[in-house]
Amino acid sequence: MTIAAHELRQNKISFFIWTAAIGFLLAVCIFLFPEMKGEMEGMNDMFSSMGSFSAAFGMDQLNFGTLMGFYSVECGNILGLGGAFFASLCAVNILSKEERNKTAEFLLTHPVNRRRILTEKLTAILIQIIAMNLILYVLSAASIAAIGEEIPWKELNLLHLAYCILQMELAGICFGVSAFLRKGSIGAGLGLAAVMYFLNLIANIAEAAEFLKYITPFGYCDSAGIITDGSLDKTMVAIGIVIGIAGIAAAYLKYTKKDIAS
Amino acid sequence: MEAIRTTDLTKYYGKSRGITELNLTVKEREFFGFMGPNGAGKSTTIRTLTGLIFPTSGSARIFGKDIRKSRETILENIGYLPSEAVFYPGMKVKDVLKLSAQMRRKNCSKKAEELCERLQLDLSRKVDELSFGNRKKTAIVCALQSSPKLLILDEPTGGLDPLIQREFFDILKEQNRKGATIFLSSHVLSEIQRHCSRAAIIREGRIIACGEVSALSKTNARRVTVHGSVSLKGLDGIRNLTEGEGFVNFLYNGGMDLLLQRLAAGHVTDLAVSEPDLEEIFLHYYEKDGDKI
Repeated sequence: MTIAAHELRQNKISFFIWTAAIGFLLAVCIFLFPEMKGEMEGMNDMFSSMGSFSAAFGMDQLNFGTLMGFYSVECGNILGLGGAFFASLCAVNILSKEERNKTAEFLLTHPVNRRRILTEKLTAILIQIIAMNLILYVLSAASIAAIGEEIPWKELNLLHLAYCILQMELAGICFGVSAFLRKGSIGAGLGLAAVMYFLNLIANIAEAAEFLKYITPFGYCDSAGIITDGSLDKTMVAIGIVIGIAGIAAAYLKYTKKDIAS
Repeated sequence: MEAIRTTDLTKYYGKSRGITELNLTVKEREFFGFMGPNGAGKSTTIRTLTGLIFPTSGSARIFGKDIRKSRETILENIGYLPSEAVFYPGMKVKDVLKLSAQMRRKNCSKKAEELCERLQLDLSRKVDELSFGNRKKTAIVCALQSSPKLLILDEPTGGLDPLIQREFFDILKEQNRKGATIFLSSHVLSEIQRHCSRAAIIREGRIIACGEVSALSKTNARRVTVHGSVSLKGLDGIRNLTEGEGFVNFLYNGGMDLLLQRLAAGHVTDLAVSEPDLEEIFLHYYEKDGDKI
């Protein structure tokens, strides 16, 4: 696992910055909850009268006066977008950077099978995603405990699991994209994550566009559905996993036969 | 056994030519030179041999193994020095060398230290802070530290000062004596002439000459410098003529008796006739009728 360890070392600063930034924002939101709790009745009325804007963020179905209602909208957006951007960036860069930064000659002239390089790089991505999610999960639970609220373990577990799967799916797609790109990969990664996020907003607003929930991984992270049903939408998750695996398969197919640019 | 054998090796980048039906043989333990101008196909050949790119057609074998089927086994025996040495940011020289050794599943720390000492390379420096020459030294140590059976060197001396260049070639000769095959691609023809036993010249993706360096250099043409006044008008076989104050210099490929008659008819104060160096021959190969030399 030399290459995986090398990747983790190379990306450690980025990992700590993203984890610290998302973690800090999550904690701030949770610590704001006790203060906002009392003002939520009025706010619930306000959100319910905001029509499609509230629907876009799922605020029409959730009670802001409860911890999970507040947490799933506020913290869900931070964790969802932040985690999606980190996972996409991390994966979309991991292969393309070798050619962009001209380190591919160094890496690929060592006696290491290209499939092994891909596997180790993919392992490094998954380790980072899992590590980030574990840290954020513990931080969230600790913050909830610190404000004196009872931790809603089931909902918290499901929400964090959904976002972890979302990040893995996006990472899988971006890993595939990374095998094809030499330049412009950062834009592609961030763009993909943003497009997926907005597709979900559109699916929440317009009934005719509800099918988009099956395309975007943010579909199965819909907190209103998760909290109401007490489970993840298995069909959406399965589609997401298949898309993620397809991205990874594309990376293996392309990169093992790719001519490396000088 | 042959260290390298390519058979009709061809690489096209879309419609652009890389190399065309390249046939090349490098014997084991040879110090082989590979010459050609930019865009001739030197790097394409090297990148194909090291598995960075895949051939369009033809085949290449290294130590008898097919480069497509046995890439990893082949690379275990190859030390590769790229023309442009680039490493991962934030790493120290010792980390780069360690990473390279780990990817080879070898402990090369002793050899690396010895090489760094000989090439005056500081192990504790960060690669981002290194000059072009010191990055080159790091790449040299990476290529040599595992004592590979075949060294593929692409423009290895760029950025190295003359003393380090000498040390580098001393190291290469030692490795060669110990049994390593050296494949040296270079623009610096004097390097090839001085160190290589055989060489090949590549032009527009094809090998146009290959053989012993002494045989490649062997030609009937002579470099002639005449001081005094001589009329050379109408004399066939004169090339690269340069005239200065009181002297004339040219490459002569015609009949020597005709030249002597002209010189005898003129007023010669000094005369020098020498064999052209490899550089002149190399340039000649790149002229349209170069194969006539």
